[in-house]
Amino acid sequence: MIFATVGTQGQFDRLISTVDRWAGVNGRADVFAQTGPSDYQSEHIRTERFIDPTEFRNRVEAASLVISHAGMGSIITALELGKRIIVMPRRASLGEHRNDHQLATAKRFAQQGRIAVAFTEQELVDKLDQLQVFDKTERLSAQASPDLISTIRTFIESGQFRSESRNASL
Amino acid sequence: MIRIPVVSRQTLLNNSMPQSRSVRPKLLAVSSGGGHWVQLLRIKRAFEDCEVTFVTVHQSYRAQVSDHKFYVVNDANRWTKFALLKSACQLAWIIWNEKPDIVVSTGAAPGYLALRFGRMMGARTIWLDSIANVEQLSMSGDRIGRCADLWLTQWPHLARPDGPHYIGSVL
Repeated sequence: MIFATVGTQGQFDRLISTVDRWAGVNGRADVFAQTGPSDYQSEHIRTERFIDPTEFRNRVEAASLVISHAGMGSIITALELGKRIIVMPRRASLGEHRNDHQLATAKRFAQQGRIAVAFTEQELVDKLDQLQVFDKTERLSAQASPDLISTIRTFIESGQFRSESRNASL
Repeated sequence: MIRIPVVSRQTLLNNSMPQSRSVRPKLLAVSSGGGHWVQLLRIKRAFEDCEVTFVTVHQSYRAQVSDHKFYVVNDANRWTKFALLKSACQLAWIIWNEKPDIVVSTGAAPGYLALRFGRMMGARTIWLDSIANVEQLSMSGDRIGRCADLWLTQWPHLARPDGPHYIGSVL
């Protein structure tokens, strides 16, 4: 099962149509896509414009691969559930977002090696063709970094911001 | 952007909880949808000792925090003035009613508004800038620095001596 998702903010048919064509060429009948507010008529994949957060999580859990825009909701959920994820950033110049922050996010995460990034449709097809080159992603723990949690907790309790961690970070 | 007069700023960094309470402090956790919400959920363990109320923009998120009080406000960003105004009214009403001791947000526009209203009501405020802001802080993040008592970024290269500070990320 492959799950493609583009979030709720706007259509991202460039991603959906690429996945649709790829599924057609490769005879994959197990692709489901959440398309956002899009009128794209898919030929080879099942689509739904919006799904609720519970179904979203279930779909990610059931998938062996997630393909998504470079939105943090999708990326974090995939990593939490230990799923391989390929992201393609939305581009402002193509009217896919207000700005190019997804491009920056994708680049930074790709450097960390935690996710695969396709900057173009062709790169997405190439990455899908080489599915087997991915290793299984390591499951992310269910919570944020312990330092971050304890800093916020301490601040809530006392209004104090631990100066030792502050110094350590500078 | 709506200008909100800052009525009172003397509540900065009290050493004890605002108003001594034997009960658990009231915490309002606010975010917009998608990644902002997912990030808020990833720090919720830090709120364990508080009475937590969540505020977000989709009714469908309620099931993920079913043990807590939950409000939905209008989704808004700084490009949609009317939606932003509606969102501001709803948040003002919620904060007036809840009178939280602490307001926490992971962004974006509704969180910014919540921090400003919370500040006016004497709450301690925490802003965790989204991990999606890799190259620069979000605009509301940059503005919010001036009214967040604790201002955090999730990227070390964005940290500055006077804030935002980097302690770690939600990943």
